[in-house]
Amino acid sequence: MRLRDGYAVTNGTLAAGGFSAAELDQIRADFPILGRTVRGGKPLVYLDSGATSHKPRQVLDAERDFYERLNSAVHRGAHQLSEEGTDAYEAARHTVARFIGAGADEIIFTRNATEAINLVAYAFSNATSGGGGSGGAGGSSAGGRFALGPGDEVLITEMEHHANLVPWQELCRRTGATLKWIPLAPDGTLDLSSLDSRLTPATKVLAFTHVSNVLGVVNPVAELTARARAVGALVVLDACQSVPHLPIDVAELGVDFLAFSGHKMFGPLGVGVLWGRPELLDEMPVFLTGGSMIELVTMGESTYAPAPQKFEAGVPVAAQAVGLAAACDYLSALGMDRVHSHETALADRLRIGLARRPWVRVLGPTDPAEQGAVVAFVVDGVHPHDVGQVLDDAGVAVRVGHHCAWPLHRALGVTASTRASFAAYSTPGEVDALLAALDRVPVIFGLEAS
Amino acid sequence: MDLYQQIILDHSKRPVGAGLREPFDAEVHHVNPTCGDEVTLRVTVTGEGNGEAAELTDISYLAQGCSISVASTSVMAEELTGAGITQAREEYHAMKAMLTSRGQIQGDDDVIGDGVAFAGVSQYPARVKCALLGWTALADALARRGIDIAAETSTDKDHS
Repeated sequence: MRLRDGYAVTNGTLAAGGFSAAELDQIRADFPILGRTVRGGKPLVYLDSGATSHKPRQVLDAERDFYERLNSAVHRGAHQLSEEGTDAYEAARHTVARFIGAGADEIIFTRNATEAINLVAYAFSNATSGGGGSGGAGGSSAGGRFALGPGDEVLITEMEHHANLVPWQELCRRTGATLKWIPLAPDGTLDLSSLDSRLTPATKVLAFTHVSNVLGVVNPVAELTARARAVGALVVLDACQSVPHLPIDVAELGVDFLAFSGHKMFGPLGVGVLWGRPELLDEMPVFLTGGSMIELVTMGESTYAPAPQKFEAGVPVAAQAVGLAAACDYLSALGMDRVHSHETALADRLRIGLARRPWVRVLGPTDPAEQGAVVAFVVDGVHPHDVGQVLDDAGVAVRVGHHCAWPLHRALGVTASTRASFAAYSTPGEVDALLAALDRVPVIFGLEAS
Repeated sequence: MDLYQQIILDHSKRPVGAGLREPFDAEVHHVNPTCGDEVTLRVTVTGEGNGEAAELTDISYLAQGCSISVASTSVMAEELTGAGITQAREEYHAMKAMLTSRGQIQGDDDVIGDGVAFAGVSQYPARVKCALLGWTALADALARRGIDIAAETSTDKDHS
C-alpha cells in the first residue's frame, strides 16, 4: 500500500500532515458529544461523519448567540433586532463565500444540499415551461440555456448519491429530455472510455459528484468540466463530500454550480449551499417562490429580486447560516490542507488494516492516488447490517446499507456495504478500535478463519 | 451479543424452505429501502375463508439480506407452512407486538416457537424492520389472495 508523502501510518500517532495527539485532544475537546458513552458505558467511536459530522462548541455558541441576542426575521422589519440579524446573516454569506473562493452574491442558502440540487433542476424545469421569471419582466431571455426538451440530454454518473440522481430523473420526466450516465468501471472509478459518445452537443447538463460518498473516489473535475465546456453543457458539482474535507476554490474547479450541506462540515442541520456563476444565477429562473424573493407583486403577477435573494424564498435560515459560518471559521483555523492530510492518513491506516484481513473486501480502487475521507468495505458472507451491529456493540458507529447510492452498489455487484468516514476529530485509535471490533465478526458469524 | 442467538445464526445460514416453488397463489416482492434487503415470497393456500378452514400449504421465498431478516423469514416459514390462517394471524400479531415492544414483551414460545429468539431485536429500533420484512411480505401475499391477517384486532390493542 502506498504511503503518502512519508506519513507514518504505523501504530501510535500520525506523523507529518495529520494532527498530533495533542492537537487532536484539543480539537476533540471542542466537540461535546465526543465525550459521551454508548451501549452501556463504551466510549463513542464515531466513524460516520460522512453522514453527518458533529458540531464544535464554537458553532453551537454561534447559533445560540443568534437566538439569544439577534433573533428576528432577517430582511424584514426596520427594528434593531432585524437589522442586526440581517447583518449577521449577510456576514455569514461572506464567510461561506470566502471559504470556497466565491463572491458573496454567488452564495444561496438552502435547507440542505438536496434542495440546492433541486433548485437547479427546477430552474431548468421552469425555464422549459416559461415560469419562474424565465419569460417575464423579472427574468432575462425566455428560457435561454436552461430550457430543455426532447432531444436534449442530462448526463450524470453511476456513482451518484440519490440526491444528485433522482432530481435529474424527474427533470427529464418533466421536460422530455433524456437521462444518460457515465458508467462505473469495475475498480469503482468512472469509466470515461466512452465519454465522447455520452457527452455530446445534445448534453445540456453534466452533474456529478466531486468525491464519492461511498468509495471516496475523487473525480477528475478539471477534465470533465473541460469536456463539458467543449460541448456547451453546464456543470453541476455535488461537493457534499469535498467541501468539508478538501481545500476548495470554485474558480479553480471551473464548474458552473456547486452544492454542499452544512451539517457534514461541523455546521448545523438545516442549512445547505448552492454556489453558482453570477451570470448564470442572473439568468436562471427561480424555484421556490413567496416572501423575500420578490421585487414587485401585484394580484396578477410578480417580478423577482436579483440573485441571491430571488432564490431564498421565505424567512431565511439565519441562525443556521451563522452557525455554518462559524464552522467555516473553525475549519479555516485548522487549515483544510491539514484536515485533508489527517483524514487521508486515517483512511490509509484503515485500508492497511483491512488489507490484513483476507475476509474483508474494500470497495473501490485498491490503491487510490487521491481519496476522500471515506472507506467502504464488505465482509463476504455477512450482511453489512450485521457487521454494523457488531461494531455498534463495541461503541463504533459506522454507516451500513447502500448509503443513498443504490445504483453504485448494484454496479459493484453488492447489495450494501459498511462505510467508515472521518472528520478532523477522528483519531488513529478510533481506526484501531474499528478493526478490533471487526475481528469479532468472523467469530460471531462462524466464518472460516483464513 | 444477545442479539445473535444461535437459533438466528442457524436459520440465517440454512433458511428453512428457501427457494421459489410452483404452483403458487400470490407472489410479492418486498424491500427494506434503508439497507437494500429484499424478499420475494410466494404463498399457496388451500381451503376457503379467512380462518381455520384455510391452510397455508406452502410458503416459498428468496431472501437476500441481513441475518436478522433472513432468519426471521426462515422461522416464519418453519412455523407457518402447513398452518391454518388463524394461527398465521395469531403469530403475525404476536411477532409484531414483541418486535415493536422496545424490550417490554419477551414473546411466548407456545405461540411463536423459535420466534422468541428475536426478542432482543426489539431493543434495536433500526433492526425491527429487518425482522418484520418476511412477516410483512407474508401478510401482503395473503392479502392478494383475499385473506387479511394484518388487521388490528382488539386483542392486539391490549399489547400496545
